[in-house]
Amino acid sequence: MAAPGRMRCMYIFNRNGVCLHYHVWYRPLTTLSPQQDQKLMFGLLFSLRSFTVKMDPTSNNKGHLGVPQLPGQGCSFHAFTTNTYKLSLLETPSGIKIVLVTDPGMGDLREALRYIYSNIYVEYVIKNPLYVPGEHFRCELFNAALDQYVKTLK
Amino acid sequence: MHAISQQLSPTLGCYGIELLEADTFDLRCFQALTGTKFFVVAEPGTQGLDSLLKNVYGLYVDYVLKNPFYEVEMPIRCELFDLSLTQLIRKDKGVIGR
Repeated sequence: MAAPGRMRCMYIFNRNGVCLHYHVWYRPLTTLSPQQDQKLMFGLLFSLRSFTVKMDPTSNNKGHLGVPQLPGQGCSFHAFTTNTYKLSLLETPSGIKIVLVTDPGMGDLREALRYIYSNIYVEYVIKNPLYVPGEHFRCELFNAALDQYVKTLK
Repeated sequence: MHAISQQLSPTLGCYGIELLEADTFDLRCFQALTGTKFFVVAEPGTQGLDSLLKNVYGLYVDYVLKNPFYEVEMPIRCELFDLSLTQLIRKDKGVIGR
């Protein structure tokens, strides 16, 4: 089975930790149930964010580890890489987190994430009159547009 | 966090976070086979951190582990280690260009 390009999966969370969308392209290994996996992912992002603020060498240590950071407050990380995957994150001022898990060789995905947010998520989900904010969504047009855009990233 | 990132891996064989890219700094991690982790915090986009950490590991093995007075898992207080570390960074500063 050929691996379809470099994308593995994508999560979209809102500021309360609700997983609004989970999209998978190629994920041979899943160790946990979807709910646990999503909770763990959100928890990891939260901890890494606190850690990044504390580790920032350019600012005097402000805030305590474990205090939730507002989007835009303090230093934030935009990606981390392991030997098997790369995780790229975009956090919008409204607290929406878009997480893209890809092949480790992938380059900087910040522009791609911004495109996905403003041209796909906002267009097909937020502007959809049937969408209830704060809830998990399933939208065929969103999936199609996302798949099409992601093909251009390879 | 290392363990959590391993659990979230989409494929087998993940060893944990190796590079963290933030707005104002990059953090690179080197994990030895024993589990000891070496971290370096640098400016975003700094090259050569990988080999730097491997060199630091080499110094650690030479000046700390081979020191008969050093107790494992205790904080490192070896002057020679500190000195050679400073030398290594100064030498690399020239290479990295700052």
